[in-house]
Amino acid sequence: MSSATITANGHAEHSDHHGPAKGVKRWLFATNHKDIGTMYLVFSLVMFFGGGIMALIIRTELFAPGLQFIHPQFFNQMTTMHALIMVFGAVMPAFVGLANWMVPMMIGAPDMALPRMNNWSFWILPVAFCLLGSTLLMPGGAPASGWTMYPPLVLQTGDAFPFLIFSIHLMGISSIMGAINIIVTIINMRAPNMTLLAMPMFVWTWLITAYLLIAVMPVLAGAVTMLLTDRYFGTSFFLAAGGGDPVLFQHIFWFFGHPEVYIMILPAFGVVSEIIPTFSRKALFGHDSMVYAAASIAFLSFIVWAHHMFTTGMPLTGQLFFMFTTMLIAVPTGVKIFNWIATMWRGAMSFETPMLFSLAFVFLFTIGGFSGLMLALVPADIQYHDSYFVVAHFHYVLVPGSIFAIMAAVYYWLPKWTGRMYDEKLGKLHFWLSTIFVNLTFFPMHFLGLAGMPRRIPDYSTQFADFNMYASIGAIGFGMSQLLFVYIIIRNVRGSGATATAEVWEKPKGLEWTVPSPAPYHTFAEPPEVGGDKAFS
Amino acid sequence: MIRKMCLGAMLALAAGAASADFAVNMPKGVTELSAETYALHMEVFYWCCAIAFFVFGAMIYSLIKHRKSAGYKAATFTHSTTAEIVWTLIPVVILLIMAVPSAETLIKLEDSRKPDLTLVITAYQWKWHYDYKGEDVSFYSSLARTSADARRKDSGIDPFTVENYLLEVDNHVVLPKGAKVRVLITSNDVVHAWWVPELAMKKDAVPGFMNEMWFRAEVTGIYRGQCAELCGMDHGYMPIVVEIVEPEEYRAWLTDQKADAS
Repeated sequence: MSSATITANGHAEHSDHHGPAKGVKRWLFATNHKDIGTMYLVFSLVMFFGGGIMALIIRTELFAPGLQFIHPQFFNQMTTMHALIMVFGAVMPAFVGLANWMVPMMIGAPDMALPRMNNWSFWILPVAFCLLGSTLLMPGGAPASGWTMYPPLVLQTGDAFPFLIFSIHLMGISSIMGAINIIVTIINMRAPNMTLLAMPMFVWTWLITAYLLIAVMPVLAGAVTMLLTDRYFGTSFFLAAGGGDPVLFQHIFWFFGHPEVYIMILPAFGVVSEIIPTFSRKALFGHDSMVYAAASIAFLSFIVWAHHMFTTGMPLTGQLFFMFTTMLIAVPTGVKIFNWIATMWRGAMSFETPMLFSLAFVFLFTIGGFSGLMLALVPADIQYHDSYFVVAHFHYVLVPGSIFAIMAAVYYWLPKWTGRMYDEKLGKLHFWLSTIFVNLTFFPMHFLGLAGMPRRIPDYSTQFADFNMYASIGAIGFGMSQLLFVYIIIRNVRGSGATATAEVWEKPKGLEWTVPSPAPYHTFAEPPEVGGDKAFS
Repeated sequence: MIRKMCLGAMLALAAGAASADFAVNMPKGVTELSAETYALHMEVFYWCCAIAFFVFGAMIYSLIKHRKSAGYKAATFTHSTTAEIVWTLIPVVILLIMAVPSAETLIKLEDSRKPDLTLVITAYQWKWHYDYKGEDVSFYSSLARTSADARRKDSGIDPFTVENYLLEVDNHVVLPKGAKVRVLITSNDVVHAWWVPELAMKKDAVPGFMNEMWFRAEVTGIYRGQCAELCGMDHGYMPIVVEIVEPEEYRAWLTDQKADAS
């Protein structure tokens, strides 16, 4: 702790600086949750473009039948790296960045509970991704086994293999430390009188997500370590010749993997639960119900994993069990959708950019949910599995799902971070372009899958040509539209835009709107008064 | 540029390369279970459409009606236990309705007792090996030469001129109509998967393990599929072609195969 003396009235006086440090040191040694949040968000935006470029390489090759641009092995490297970067480098760090910025303010805490660990949680990530990215230049190239890294195929990876494993370990450590920080902060540092059920939904969903992270990231670490020892240290966890089973990896991976996708969507649910009430000028419908639904989803997420494995040769009982539990997850998810619509219902809505992205989330995530329900039915899944139908499903829940929620959050809270409004016209343009192109990209993929096109192939039979072309056009359009997002943010950060008030929007609920915009470097050095007529969620 | 494209398209059409028809939906297929699978798929799809009608309908209505700009004043209700119960129970009921046919079809899918013949499939990087159990007929099946030539980068061959581009092999899997075929499948190297949409059958080929599936094709014809589990560089280039023929034709084909082998 920096030197601090407690004065007579109980305030701690700091004899060091009041504002942030200058230069590189500010960022390298950051312990301020706002600075760390900013770094996570900038990092995730850069990764989003990196993963996006890989997606464009993929869609360019898939524009027409025939192999025009890249070698099939490089294509597999692109699909693998695209997913690893988007999952671990774009979506997850973005939500952690939002948590860092907003959770302390939303609960009236001065910072995260463990600020130095917070610094390491962030700085591990650029190292991990430099390591992973460098594999593209190694003999044998980057990993090309898909982000799911199934053995024995993944064991055929070239020199990149240990770097893949090590970078995943680093990402996992970052996530686990971040999750610990979040739980400790939320449990211990809430303003007095803020009971758990009184917390805002974004804080709730992050509390639940943090528990999921702690539960499953170590499982992933175990799985990839077993891959490492199978390759280098003579074990046979996944090698049948030595008495092991490749399908064992799939069980362990998906025991991580399924909660992982809920890790990527629960904070999005939280964001949308903050934004829709504000722009409906009406409290979130069924707040307690929303908490229970999120908790149910988290619990159920642990008992559905093998729905990724219906074609592996599972016994009938297993297939029936996982089919029923997977179908069951639709119930609390549906409850949340209905509660959002009930929030809008008979509200007085306005459609600023954060609201537009949130509404598109509700609509398009629901479509992703429908294809998810279809995938749950085993006999039908026999036809869908490993086809473009699956690709359509998960991109609908991840792109107009998670990514749109992240963008909604950025538009919603950016004026709080910088003190200036972003350009609303440009924001709306970004929204419409993104929405149109995201649907053009991913909706045709449902049909491609149903028509029989498998996934992870660099070339395809000619009857799949038209819809692949539409998807590729959509992808290029979507990618270009994100440049507008960067432009809007940079313009705002550099100083243009109307001055934002503390409230920014019209009477939003939440402690973050009680501090000035831009939020001071240190907020809530004193815990705020909450409860009674000072509603904050 | 446009003229070149039009010319190319006309030539492709003139060359008359056949491919599967353009499709937007799962095929009904040629087995009893493929039809049940299709029916299940359509049933859940219609349920989703119905739910979407109500849910999105309510949402769109609200977006239009409940706007500040139209002067609408926000209500103040914050919860309703009745609503929560209703919109929890209705989905549960819908799921129960869907669960029954799903479980029934699944149980049938898993019942591979009393097969008429057994086919042992071994997956390789990147081709298939077929072994007709008890018949002493076995062969490899790889991507056909026409596709193999055209698939190369800068091959100069337009895929639209290739018959069944990427879906043709040198040796078809010939099987008799109406026979219950039990498939035993494994792999020689990494995990692959054998998938023929018209048979509604897909199973992983796992090295060191034997998986099992079955089908009974009721219509003669040629049915094409692909490997459905990423298996390396040429994952997209190891298709499957099943030819269902009349039983006499199958027996004649078997005899030919054995003659060729000896």
